[in-house]
Amino acid sequence: MKPWEALRLAGEALRANRLRSLLTMVGVIIGVAAVVVLVAIGGGAKAEVENEVEGLGSNIVFIVPGKFQFGATPSLSPLHLSDVQLAARIAGSAQDVTAVVDSGENVTAGQHDYFATVQGVTQNFDVVFNRPLAEGSYLTAADVATSARVVVLGANVAATLFPDEDPVGRTTAIDGVSFRVVGVAQGQGSAFGVTQDDNVDIPITEAQLLFGIGTVQSIEVKAQNPGQIGALSNQLVTTLEDEYTGVQFSAVTQSQILGTIGRILSLLTLVLAAIAGISLLVGGVGVSNIMLVGVRERTREIGLRKALGARQRDVVLQFLVEAVALTAVGGVIGIGLGLGASAAVGAFSPLPTDIAWWSPALAFGVSVFVGVLFGVMPARRAGKLDPVTALRTD
Amino acid sequence: MSGVTRAGAENHPRYAIEAVDVRRSYAMDGMAVEALRGVTLGIAEGEYVALTGPSGSGKSTLMHLLGALDRPSSGQLLIGGRDTASLDDAGLARVRGAEIGFVFQAFQLLARTTARDNVALPLVYRGVGKAERRRRAVAALEAVGLGHRLTHRPTQLSGGEQQRVAIARALVGEPRLVLADEPTGNLDSANGREVLNVLERLNRERGVAVVLVTHDAEVAARAARLIRMRDGVVVSDTQTAETQTAETQAAGPDGPEA
Repeated sequence: MKPWEALRLAGEALRANRLRSLLTMVGVIIGVAAVVVLVAIGGGAKAEVENEVEGLGSNIVFIVPGKFQFGATPSLSPLHLSDVQLAARIAGSAQDVTAVVDSGENVTAGQHDYFATVQGVTQNFDVVFNRPLAEGSYLTAADVATSARVVVLGANVAATLFPDEDPVGRTTAIDGVSFRVVGVAQGQGSAFGVTQDDNVDIPITEAQLLFGIGTVQSIEVKAQNPGQIGALSNQLVTTLEDEYTGVQFSAVTQSQILGTIGRILSLLTLVLAAIAGISLLVGGVGVSNIMLVGVRERTREIGLRKALGARQRDVVLQFLVEAVALTAVGGVIGIGLGLGASAAVGAFSPLPTDIAWWSPALAFGVSVFVGVLFGVMPARRAGKLDPVTALRTD
Repeated sequence: MSGVTRAGAENHPRYAIEAVDVRRSYAMDGMAVEALRGVTLGIAEGEYVALTGPSGSGKSTLMHLLGALDRPSSGQLLIGGRDTASLDDAGLARVRGAEIGFVFQAFQLLARTTARDNVALPLVYRGVGKAERRRRAVAALEAVGLGHRLTHRPTQLSGGEQQRVAIARALVGEPRLVLADEPTGNLDSANGREVLNVLERLNRERGVAVVLVTHDAEVAARAARLIRMRDGVVVSDTQTAETQTAETQAAGPDGPEA
């Protein structure tokens, strides 16, 4: 029997039991659609991370103590505020260097309170990280020098604490200590639940007093262009390691951090797709089951075909192609559904989606494979039927 | 003449099909049941033979063996002079497709398929292209008088017509031998006669050998040769005097003694 004859037979058999074929396909359809949608969402998240890298200026070098590893407990920092000047000398510009200490604290104003990330920063923080203000002014060099109790609120914090009034000039309390609001940052939006809009910035000197520490957690240096990052990082790390003997420092760029997030997202996508793939396998079991029913129902037909000259492999091919046709058609429907759903998610939900060319191809390949995997057993059973017994069956 | 010239028969088959001391036993509930206890017979090219016997006599088993649907437990089965023992599953399937045509009591037509495509079915497994299959199927249907029923489905045909479609299907591959198992069993007498007429005419015109398994004494009486079975052996093998052409008389004067 020619292969296309088997295809024609499969088409006839599936059409003869339209509803049953469709119901059998549902498992495969859902599995494939789920894989496509989840991969699209994962891809969208990753694409946004990459966007973020470009948008946020990937020229910033973070100097942190210890070896940089994502998820590792940060080492206790030996860095001091005086190291900012050191870094500024290496960078050749005081404008492009800042330092940070931060801590999660309760910020209150009247009846309202907000659990914010309180960042102690130098007056250049907004320049280095490109954080424009919505109103008011940023911290000044004088504020930092005098440990002034002034604060710049993130957009969310401002909106929560001062829902009905202009926050600038008002007073908030951080840990019970009063601060005067001098500025409000522009909303930045969130990337994966992480947002700068939950931050409040205070002079780093005041933050050290407030948190009771003498050190700074990290120093950030903005390179003039991406080509300088490597040399600048090395120089900063060597200088600091000379100064603090026995302490290791790492220079991390923002793109490295976001790259790590991207890798984690890829892994997460893969896990989600694998879970969706399980539903594909369950769909395959359904196909196997229905094929077994089909073989039993068509025992006489199989016996007849054998009497008329069908070889074992002709019968096996007929039923195998039928099973694969079921999952392949289910796969195509599932891909269509998945692409539609991805587009809908991208358009109507905050989740971004990005359809990689390989995900429908992979989903189709897997559904065909599932058809073969779960079609082989019923097909072999059909092929092995004894024609004499098969013809006697009612 | 009989039986001893088998070595020569390898090259020049005297018989369309030949069974030599064929036995077939089944295991049933752990007991060996012998359905055939040593059957030796030959069906000549173009012969028209009726095979009768009570149920349990082994005639169905013999028919399955002659049709290469089953293998003997011992003994030789030669189809077109070739021993089937050496054939694997695919080889037997090829023999069934090319050398044998089956006609069943229950017609065994595919319900959703037109008469023409039912008839063409054996050719699918011989790799014949669609256009050629259809051409030959139409010719076979015309030969059984159903040239006007090509695209009818089995449910749209009478029992007699369905059986004639089945006969066309048995003949489309131009086999040596047609095995008809109670072909009139599901038909009224008028339709039954019509089906027998078609079988006899095709046997006469085309020289295809026909083995007719039947309970019906009247049907059996129309055949030129009558083989009776009982308890797994052939109990009589006789030429009836009537209506055989000179050609088949010459080809098969006598079968091997039972």
